[in-house]
Amino acid sequence: MKLDSKIPEGPLAHKWTNHKNHLKLVAPNNRPKIDIIVVGTGLAGASAAASFGEMGYNVSAFCFQDSPRRAHSIAAQGGINAAKNYQNDGDSVYRLFYDTIKGGDYRAREANVHRLAEVSGSIIDQCVAQGVPFAREYGGMLDNRSFGGTQVQRTFYAAGQTGQQLLLGAYSALSRQIGLGRVKMYNRHEMLELVKVNGKARGIIARNLITGELERHSAHAVIIASGGYGNVYFLSTNAMGSNVTASWKIHKQGALFANPCFVQIHPTCIPVHGTNQSKLTLMSESLRNSGRIWVPKKKEDAEAIRAGKLKPTQITEEDRDYFLERRYPAFGNLVPRDVASRAAKERCDAGYGIEANDTNEGVYLDFSTEIKSKGKQAAYAQGNHNPSEEEIIKLGKKWLEEKYGNLFTMYQKITDENPYETPMKIYPAVHYTMGGVWVDYNLMSTIPGCFVAGEANFSDHGANRLGASALMQGLADGYFVLPYTVSNYLADEIRTGKISTDLPEFAEAESNVKKQIDTFLNNNGSKTVDHFHKRLGLIMWNKVGMGRNEQGLKQAIAEIAQLKEEFYSDVFVPGSADELNPELEKALRVADFIELGQLMAMDALQRNESCGGHFREEYQDAEGETLRDDENFKFVGAWEYKGSDISKAELHKEELKYEEIKIAARNYK
Amino acid sequence: MSAAKNINITLKIWRQKNAKTKGGIETYKLDNVSTASSFLEMLDQLNEQLVNERKEPVAFDHDCREGICGSCSLYINGRAHGPDTGITTCQLHMRMFNDGDTIFVEPWRSKAFPVIKDLVVDRSAFDRIQQAGGFVSVNTSGRTIDANSIPVPKDDADKAFMAAACIGCGACVATCKNGSAMLFVGAKVSQYALLPQGKVEATERVLNMVRQMDEEGFGNCTNTGACEIECPKGISLENIARMNREYLKASL
Repeated sequence: MKLDSKIPEGPLAHKWTNHKNHLKLVAPNNRPKIDIIVVGTGLAGASAAASFGEMGYNVSAFCFQDSPRRAHSIAAQGGINAAKNYQNDGDSVYRLFYDTIKGGDYRAREANVHRLAEVSGSIIDQCVAQGVPFAREYGGMLDNRSFGGTQVQRTFYAAGQTGQQLLLGAYSALSRQIGLGRVKMYNRHEMLELVKVNGKARGIIARNLITGELERHSAHAVIIASGGYGNVYFLSTNAMGSNVTASWKIHKQGALFANPCFVQIHPTCIPVHGTNQSKLTLMSESLRNSGRIWVPKKKEDAEAIRAGKLKPTQITEEDRDYFLERRYPAFGNLVPRDVASRAAKERCDAGYGIEANDTNEGVYLDFSTEIKSKGKQAAYAQGNHNPSEEEIIKLGKKWLEEKYGNLFTMYQKITDENPYETPMKIYPAVHYTMGGVWVDYNLMSTIPGCFVAGEANFSDHGANRLGASALMQGLADGYFVLPYTVSNYLADEIRTGKISTDLPEFAEAESNVKKQIDTFLNNNGSKTVDHFHKRLGLIMWNKVGMGRNEQGLKQAIAEIAQLKEEFYSDVFVPGSADELNPELEKALRVADFIELGQLMAMDALQRNESCGGHFREEYQDAEGETLRDDENFKFVGAWEYKGSDISKAELHKEELKYEEIKIAARNYK
Repeated sequence: MSAAKNINITLKIWRQKNAKTKGGIETYKLDNVSTASSFLEMLDQLNEQLVNERKEPVAFDHDCREGICGSCSLYINGRAHGPDTGITTCQLHMRMFNDGDTIFVEPWRSKAFPVIKDLVVDRSAFDRIQQAGGFVSVNTSGRTIDANSIPVPKDDADKAFMAAACIGCGACVATCKNGSAMLFVGAKVSQYALLPQGKVEATERVLNMVRQMDEEGFGNCTNTGACEIECPKGISLENIARMNREYLKASL
């Protein structure tokens, strides 16, 4: 198979404009004759479905939640990037493009990322027009803040609930189209198979999660916007229902899966508390604007803290190791996520971790310096030029509360500790997956008519995503890319006519799904689905997590293959197929996670270099920084499914060409 | 931080096979629950136990488990989202309970939210209210005016944000003796009424959303204020007052 990225000719800055000008169109009178399916209603799916509805296509949208408003984009906290340069700090489309390529450790496509930066400004305009209540300054203008991996303030936000406000904006646009009858919404439905007719994506099989009924839906194009696969680790910051199934089903039907080993481990999450834990909670990266990350300089202090004999507030300034500031003075606490996570792991592995859990994994995120500096500033602003320590601290805490109040409350509810008084305890956790279904410049997978958007595709973030860029990409794909590129594809479908769901391809797909469901329900094994999911998660976290090596990856591949056999022979799924059955839903998802996990380990094994979130312990320099190998690994690794034995999957390479950016070692020092 | 310990509890949980059958309370004993667990992790533990006993696990809605998606619900010991304030059920932790406690767990109860199974209810009425008018009619174009061309006073922006913080969980409806959805609808109407972008359609919006709310079978507001107390996001009653003003203005 020859991978054609379909990157348009011409200078980088003009590629998208020229491309758009030459794409084929579907006239308004023809659009109602064309059906589009959108799977997933997060930022990418909801914005795409709304836009297609507005254009006049017949849209069917699917989500497994009870409402499209609940998709996991809603949980994004910190913000969304856009190259508006409202703060006059030298930002531009080029700079956002450059930061994103560099942040991704030179493993993303230049043309895609430039397009993303180009449309970023329109996203903010569109959202404001929808009534999204972004944070504002007293003059009524939009406020910005900084995120990791940048030296400008380009992040727009709505307190710690930016994802929620953006998703509710897209949901409102989607709701309008549902109300107008242009989009038919299928809540509590899960896509379980893609239907291809003559090689083209022509529909899906979806299970109605309430009645258990398998439904056939046909369309002229299918958009997958079902999010990332972080839950392959069992514990992650993803929602409980987030899954890879839609992406994996199209992978099995011929869509290549790219860079599956590129996973983002987010540095600031609440540490694990015990074996019954079901998920991990993120503390927004925005907190790194105000918090300083440290561990004790002395091992005995770390031990005393873990034993409960010493409090962090008792450790003097000289005895604290602000390890990010020490190692990366230029970016300090605002280094990119992969860098910050690895540095925390390095300290904990060396014995300086402060959390009294099984692995001692935890570091401090401390706000005391910021409380003092902002408190003093606030006192001066009130005309008090000689404030007492007490007044400063009081005002400083008030400032923090205004800026991060909901995050501090969330932390306190979960941990029973007051972060205004004692530093937060944090540790890295699986958060986002840069890898995903391979798509060309038009966001079409290797299956004609099957497009993939948002976190589900691999497109824009290379080996590491910068903070506040996921929301940007989801909305860019849905609002400003797919409406053009999908129409181009559909221009050849205006004579096709309605696609019948009575075709044998639909019957066969439905029967395959039914067989898989029956297999689980009749299996009568002895262990729960979660038992297997937790075991898979442990293998992945220990061997395909923050630090990877050849031996561990080979073990992981063998262990996952073994786990798959055990899963199919010994899983027990209660209940029946014709009712709401959450255990059955989980079993179907975990089956796909197991296969994906094996592919991730294989991908990590073939990539004999360290880049971004992919850290191969064999490839690091004397200071523990990643060693990229541009000569041999400057490619997108796209895997082709070759049957249920995942070890037979075949790797295809798309060489990355850097015409605009001079590729260099990534340096945040 | 109080050190985590393990407690033994008794659960009285509403079980109902589906919308058509009658439900009832069933009793379960659950031992060794860590007080560091969340309430839903405790239910996971119960379900693991039930499945291992070859019994049907308890169905409940949940997803993000960090208090923002609005999926989780549950009436716990007679209170929406349980015995703590400013949180959803997924943020409730077992340290709020004691060894030997009996805990009652029921679904949202409201005519407009029919039970689907066990603790799962149908809240699609909220979606339909939003579809009736909860939006600004602006198409995707990439050609809207620059985001900073209309300044919005910070106070208005902040108030709009606080109204928009609603997660659509339905606690307000479940806790209201009238089953009223006016806090939910008031919050949405307010968000748009406070922003210049939403003012153009303010009249149609409030009329359409209130009409749909009534059609869905929600009750009326009698100002008991229970909704505001149980709202996990602290949505203020002021939003209901603002909606009433908008409605009156629109009806004249």
